[in-house]
Amino acid sequence: MNTEYIESGILELYVFGLLSEEENLKVKEMADSNEDVRAEILSIEKAVIDLSYSVSPYLSAEVYNKIRQQLIEKHEGVVQMPRKSTGSYLGWAAAIILLFGLGFQYYQYNQATEEVQATRTERDKFEQMLANVSEENTQNEKALAIIRDKNNNVVSLAGQTAAPEAYAKVYLNNEDNKIYVDIAGLPEPPKDKVYQVWALKLKPQLDPTSIGVLDDSQRTQNKGIFAVDNFEGAEAFGITLEPAGGSPSPTLEQLYTLGEVKS
Amino acid sequence: MTQEELLEQIYKKDSKAFTLLYDMYSKSLFGVIYNLLKDKEESEDVLQDVFVKIWKNIDSYNESKGRFFTWILNIARNAAIDKLRSKGHNNSLKNLSVDNFVNILDHNTSVTNKIDAIGIREFVKKLKPVCVRIIDLLFFRGYTQQEASEELAIPLGTVKTQNRNCIRDLRTILEV
Repeated sequence: MNTEYIESGILELYVFGLLSEEENLKVKEMADSNEDVRAEILSIEKAVIDLSYSVSPYLSAEVYNKIRQQLIEKHEGVVQMPRKSTGSYLGWAAAIILLFGLGFQYYQYNQATEEVQATRTERDKFEQMLANVSEENTQNEKALAIIRDKNNNVVSLAGQTAAPEAYAKVYLNNEDNKIYVDIAGLPEPPKDKVYQVWALKLKPQLDPTSIGVLDDSQRTQNKGIFAVDNFEGAEAFGITLEPAGGSPSPTLEQLYTLGEVKS
Repeated sequence: MTQEELLEQIYKKDSKAFTLLYDMYSKSLFGVIYNLLKDKEESEDVLQDVFVKIWKNIDSYNESKGRFFTWILNIARNAAIDKLRSKGHNNSLKNLSVDNFVNILDHNTSVTNKIDAIGIREFVKKLKPVCVRIIDLLFFRGYTQQEASEELAIPLGTVKTQNRNCIRDLRTILEV
């Protein structure tokens, strides 16, 4: 009888909620008096609960909080069972404390999340700063290494009529035959103008040779120290301001600095 | 925790009862609602309404009406169906999306469960196609036997037993 009853499939419909009230009552009676029926109902229920659970998309905790909120705001009193009035104050108090507790925890959770975010941003900023500083440091060291080289012959170039305040230095490295100019003392060139470096022979007559047109956009990166073409036997160096791209011969009215090589 | 223990907490007006209720059933009801609506945001809205409704009416439940899960399942199914109708979907349930829970398992990458999602996905795929249809109609959509027999073009008298066999397959798969 039980097996037949169970096998009929009515218990599935019972769990699915597809029976009439009358049929429901009959099943309930059967279940109350019969262990196997009860167990069968529980198993069917577990199967469909697990099944529907498994097709549920991610359910954020926010939904839970919204429901609690809604229960507090719009349905005040619902959180509390309306069944009995005795002793309900304690329940009320507990519910309210719980709700505040939940709200507070959610608030704290949000706060913490924000803090983590802020800290992360801050950290990224510091990391960027650190990268910049160490890049800067490398550049400084490079620049310093160039000027410090013991094989340098240093030529100071003094400001001329066009720019009395300007100054520059030329480092002649006799060891590896390189020439560097330091133009940190020159003002930023106007737009469309560039500094051009000249090696000069003074005798038998003044004879300038261009050894480099300086790309001012590199100035920050190389700390104002530019490598220029090597030139043997230079007696003096001059720097003029020239139109972009440089000129075949120096514009003397725009001679910014000039200095003689001391042997 | 069993349904009986939960109800006890609820009747005792335990302050944690709502949270317990939510923890026990929210995902399953969300699964049922989502299976009907196929829209996560809408499903969240409906789930909210459903839990408010459950809590508001919890005193009207008693065991003579059936299992507690069955009672809240009905509330969830009805709310989702109402939502579908209010959205101007065709009034006929027959015209609901042909997608069923197996498609959801296939397409939903964010499925997270106590049971291993990939595991159940593979398992449920082992269900016979007719079982997928029959469980989808009867359990997820709440079709009557009559409606299901028409939809599936099978004799009315066999719906119940076919469903029984399908649920047995499911239980074998899930080991419950």
